[in-house]
Amino acid sequence: MIKIDLNLFVTLSEYLPENSDCFEIPEDTTVEKLMNDLGVPKDIVKLIFINGQRKEISYQLKNEDRVGIFPPVGGG
Amino acid sequence: MDKILRIDVGSQGGPKAVETGLGDYEGLGGRAMTSGIISKEVPPLCHPLGADNKLVIAPGMLSGSAAAMSGRLSVGCKSPLTGGIKESNSGGQGAQVLARLGYAAIVLEGKPSNDTLYKVVINHDGVKIEADNSLKMLGNYDLVDKIKDTYGEKFCSISIGPAGEMKLSAATIAITDMEQRPTRHAGRGGVGAVMGSKGIKAIILDDTGCKMRKPKDPEAFKAANKEFVAGIKKHPVSGEGLPAFGTNVLTNVLNEAGGYPTRNFSSGQFEGAGKISGETLAELETSRGGKATHGCHTGCIIKCSGTFHDKDGNYLTKQPEYETIWAHGGNCCIDDLDAIAMLDRLDDDFGIDTIEMGATIGVAMEAGLAEFGDAEAAINFVKQVGEGTPLGRILGNGAEVTGKVFGVERIPVVKGQAMPAYDPRAVQGIGVTYATTTQGADHTAGYAVATNILGVGGNVDALKPEGQIELSRNLQIATAAIDATGMCLFIAFPILDQPETFQALVDLLNGFHGLSLTADDVSALGKSILTKEREFNAGAGFTSKHDRLPEYFKNEKLAPHGVTFTVSDEELDQVFNW
Repeated sequence: MIKIDLNLFVTLSEYLPENSDCFEIPEDTTVEKLMNDLGVPKDIVKLIFINGQRKEISYQLKNEDRVGIFPPVGGG
Repeated sequence: MDKILRIDVGSQGGPKAVETGLGDYEGLGGRAMTSGIISKEVPPLCHPLGADNKLVIAPGMLSGSAAAMSGRLSVGCKSPLTGGIKESNSGGQGAQVLARLGYAAIVLEGKPSNDTLYKVVINHDGVKIEADNSLKMLGNYDLVDKIKDTYGEKFCSISIGPAGEMKLSAATIAITDMEQRPTRHAGRGGVGAVMGSKGIKAIILDDTGCKMRKPKDPEAFKAANKEFVAGIKKHPVSGEGLPAFGTNVLTNVLNEAGGYPTRNFSSGQFEGAGKISGETLAELETSRGGKATHGCHTGCIIKCSGTFHDKDGNYLTKQPEYETIWAHGGNCCIDDLDAIAMLDRLDDDFGIDTIEMGATIGVAMEAGLAEFGDAEAAINFVKQVGEGTPLGRILGNGAEVTGKVFGVERIPVVKGQAMPAYDPRAVQGIGVTYATTTQGADHTAGYAVATNILGVGGNVDALKPEGQIELSRNLQIATAAIDATGMCLFIAFPILDQPETFQALVDLLNGFHGLSLTADDVSALGKSILTKEREFNAGAGFTSKHDRLPEYFKNEKLAPHGVTFTVSDEELDQVFNW
């Protein structure tokens, strides 16, 4: 198992599990699998930041990754 | 919208109004009108507060019509902050009301012979200009209340606060919203100082008895508007995200991306971001009886704003924007929404640009005038600007002046104007826009954040130089055109992603004006505006060497990515090489 700092923002926050800042997942987990396991509908996942960098949903999570996920948002 | 109102404030016996036809400016609106008049009539080397500068206030090509989102008002002049051309645009009721009154522009020109303060009243019956020294040094909120006593509940006002009267370079022009609150501002570049230099405190507009502007081809216009509205509603950003959480939804996004300028642009992440995020703000607003969704002008369907109530449940200010919450919040390490909302209220009341003011306070904190995170000190700084103390006047002239006065090297400005809420090292595309736009550092001039960070209009890696020049170029051209239409820039989210919504915008212009523009014509309009603005700036002494970021963005690495700004000078010089 590895541990990640998981952050789900805006309307995704309702899917945030307990202990999200030190969340345990199996080693080969992708963002897509994680979203599926948490019940987050894939079509509202728009922006995936891993340690501040934009990544695809196929990204395979690593130990101590900071994960930030957003639905479509904009402002300015 | 077939006339221009020119007010010569230097006439003997006080300002005189003359109405003219459109002449050379036929068919122009918004930024095309303001930059058209400024570039043709204002000598680029004139003093921004002198007789030769002009203040142009213009609704967009579609303002005053039934087109959704068409209520942006452009304000143009030579900027006292940058020394270059300025177009600062604002929401509020100004554009809709002025367009329905039939004016394509109001031009304030000349120089007053004394310090009498005037108000201009425009309604269905005509124009009246009256001396009123009882308005002197009133904040925008008290001013509007006083105007209400005489002119009732239906006017829209365009006004300056004490900062404009003192001709400070961070002074704004306030425009009232649908509730007659002076919450919408032509904020950037010191346009309020130019209005102050003309001795005009307020322009009071009442369109009672005036009709909505009618399209030349009603059927085509109506069909285009229907498609346009549907496109805005169906895009998740303009249809869902902005209405629910407002612009401040970006706090967490930019913080996650490591591009949230913190502690006067010395880090890209703020540990207090969650406390001032859009999610936290919306919850706080609704818990106190405020609104998390609110439109700023008639015809707005995105409704990205809201109302902020204090701890006792009383109205304090409109929902502070992302840029404001960043400038006064993360940039100064302040994580208290009540303090930030108070700063927003004071800025609006005194008539000061929230971006410039927040950036300036960040510089002042770096200089040691207060500790980072000291909200009370920040509030005191802004109050001093409103009072016009010597320190307040320094701060009210912006980040560059303040940095020079207090010996600070890290001053986040381009062409004298403070950068907004995206660090150009971690969002390199917006760095290109900051460096090269005619306006001084300005995110709205070519919002590369959309494609660098938000995945709108495609994806370009925010941390690398590749693709940023073309991205910024295309966005600057498109933005200049949108700014001419009177459309809110937030229509860019759907039109960048949905070709049919962009086409609907073109069809709206064609249906309204009886034209047959193509997408290429819209692009040509944007280019022609940028070309005029660049010619003005060249005449004012700007060269390619001014299209640069401050040195430290190339030398100082930004945490957490450890990046510097890596778009080369040679590449920057290609932005306008289309």
